[in-house]
Amino acid sequence: MKIIELSHGGGGAETQQLIQQLFYKYFGNEILLKAEDAAVLSIEGQVAFTTDSFTVSPLFFKGGDIGKLAVVGTVNDLAMVGAEPLYLSCGFMIEEGLPFSSLKKIVQSMAKELLNCGAKIVCGDTKVVPRGAVDQLFINTSGIGQIKSLPNAMPSAHNLQVGDAIIVSRDIGRHGAVILAARESLNLQSDLESDCTVLWPAVKALIEAGIECHALRDATRGGLAALLNEWAETSQVCLEIEEGKIPLCEPVQGLCELLGFDAYDFANEGTFAISLPAEQVATALEVLQQFEFCVNAAEIGRVSDFQPGLVVLQTPWGSQRVLELPKGELLPRIC
Amino acid sequence: MRQLKLQDLYQGFRNPQTIQALALQIQQKATQLAQPLRIMEVCGGHTHTIMKYGLNQLLPDNIEFIHGPGCPVCIMPKERIDQAISLAQMDNTILLTLGDMIRVPGSKSNLARERAKGFDIRALYSPVDVLQIAQENPDKKVIFFAIGFETTTPMTVAVIEKALALTLDNLYFHINHVLVPPAVDGILSDAQCQINALIGPSHVSVISGAKIYQPLVDLYQLPIVVSGFEPVDVMQSILMIIQQVIAQQTVGQKATVEIQYSRAVTWEGNQKAQQLINDYLEPRSHFRWRGLGDIPLSGLQLKAEYSAIDAEKVFADQLSNEPIDDHKLCICGDILKGLSKPQDCKVFGRGCDPSRPLGSCMVSSEGACNAYYRYAEVSLPKSRKSSVEKSAKLAKSERVSV
Repeated sequence: MKIIELSHGGGGAETQQLIQQLFYKYFGNEILLKAEDAAVLSIEGQVAFTTDSFTVSPLFFKGGDIGKLAVVGTVNDLAMVGAEPLYLSCGFMIEEGLPFSSLKKIVQSMAKELLNCGAKIVCGDTKVVPRGAVDQLFINTSGIGQIKSLPNAMPSAHNLQVGDAIIVSRDIGRHGAVILAARESLNLQSDLESDCTVLWPAVKALIEAGIECHALRDATRGGLAALLNEWAETSQVCLEIEEGKIPLCEPVQGLCELLGFDAYDFANEGTFAISLPAEQVATALEVLQQFEFCVNAAEIGRVSDFQPGLVVLQTPWGSQRVLELPKGELLPRIC
Repeated sequence: MRQLKLQDLYQGFRNPQTIQALALQIQQKATQLAQPLRIMEVCGGHTHTIMKYGLNQLLPDNIEFIHGPGCPVCIMPKERIDQAISLAQMDNTILLTLGDMIRVPGSKSNLARERAKGFDIRALYSPVDVLQIAQENPDKKVIFFAIGFETTTPMTVAVIEKALALTLDNLYFHINHVLVPPAVDGILSDAQCQINALIGPSHVSVISGAKIYQPLVDLYQLPIVVSGFEPVDVMQSILMIIQQVIAQQTVGQKATVEIQYSRAVTWEGNQKAQQLINDYLEPRSHFRWRGLGDIPLSGLQLKAEYSAIDAEKVFADQLSNEPIDDHKLCICGDILKGLSKPQDCKVFGRGCDPSRPLGSCMVSSEGACNAYYRYAEVSLPKSRKSSVEKSAKLAKSERVSV
């Protein structure tokens, strides 16, 4: 079996071979193939720039892998400020001994996602480190996107307005649940797939339909609970959420019931929330539901001035509680 | 035959109309109560249900919950955590325990911090994993720090039985299993105690049966209803308690143990599990509960014939038994006795929160402080709690029956 060795990161012939056979082959585009020390780009108008590092165990999970995650994560961060993803950088930190076939599969899956969103990897770096220095493979991607909307119409966590409606784009908690169930110690069987998806097509469609997205955010680490709390805190408004309206699929709910977790705390990799004028909800839902990954999109609550800075959950039987930011490590309850 | 679906297990028990109808009945019947009801829900799982679903907001002012001691990590005294840490720090050792036990503060550290320092400490999802880890690491001492009430004891004992059958000579057990009735007795016997009804634990009772509460009813003459964990279960149990109290007031009926959670609990319980426990474990002379102090015969230990696998005996020279007091600002003891509420504590949410718990009640989602913090019902102003009346009206107009 071919494996990645320290020499692949040494800068010599083996490195060149890896770049040629793998990265150029799958990521190839005219900017990358120029092989300069830096990519030279020309972009007009407002530019969005973001970075993220990716580490996940296991590397391959149902519905994706670390490569897909590395493209989707960064591209989605760009989409959340209304930016069309254009250019990405990509850094690989590889633990020696990683099977070449695994790296190839990961690179192929990145290439597929790039095709989905139209962005290009224009520069990159590879390091190979001794055993134990990283857990198999870490990837960093940075991304640049172009914002075509007017500056005052740009979605922002500071921009939630009292009276706005909150929409969530699909059922929550899938990615976190998949990763948890895949950990070997749990030994759970399920057909559940991660929600890992490029969101730009849906965001683009919303913008084109004239939806005023006051705020957009994808519910990654910390889940929907963290997202809603960040919004409430940043805009100093109250988010009143109707618990019964939050979409949740059966396997995620099952895992939560079994282990005592809340799906609000689970990470997502292709799920976002929108704060928008209430009168645009119907149109926005119609636009979203054209996309396979948004068919369960739903309005889940409203922005009010009731308790600024807090997220208040309304139960279907008339009681209410505060939805807190997730704290500490996620651990299962005992009995 | 139709396949049982996940929703079948809870959906009916979270039905909004049923919950509202029960709330209405409780409000109507509660007007007949001669004195306020102070119900202790013994089990942390019930505390969690009450807070998560906001059930206390649906109750009239003359019904109050007092959050009991039934959270296995919350009651673990510092000296036992210190023992776990001492064991984990031994050479060539793997220490295993369950869930959020790793976050409970000992006198100077906790297991999560020791794990970060590099000691091999693992939080398991299932006690059965203990066997595999012991088999995969024959050169290491593998110690299972076993915790929990009657609910989790059978799993530990099943692992002990299997370990003996497999003659795993590198596996040891540090037993911290505790018992519900002696702890509740300890609380009720306090002269200051205001509790006049109990919601009995769900899963503990599945194992031990509802019969274990009869002596408490005989001694203290208060109704005990063994309840399920879903919101409808808890609301129905409250209604059953009210009905008992009214019958006590009007026709002098005696208090009894009733089972609301009849889909899982019987009077006798799981006798096979009880027998298995009795084969390997016996009551300790006393166990020191965090916040409650020494309670006689309230914990279990391995029988003398199993000393060879008893970590407390085998590694006795590594372990201190010196009692260690709680943090002086922490009032977990009073909270466990029902004498104070979490928000009465000076450090609640300030020096003590779920990411850095000072006291044990803040550690687990079953702990009263953690549940209050997470669901922060206290931070909502009273004015918005008028939803109770709204829900009562709604239930009435829809004419739903339970």
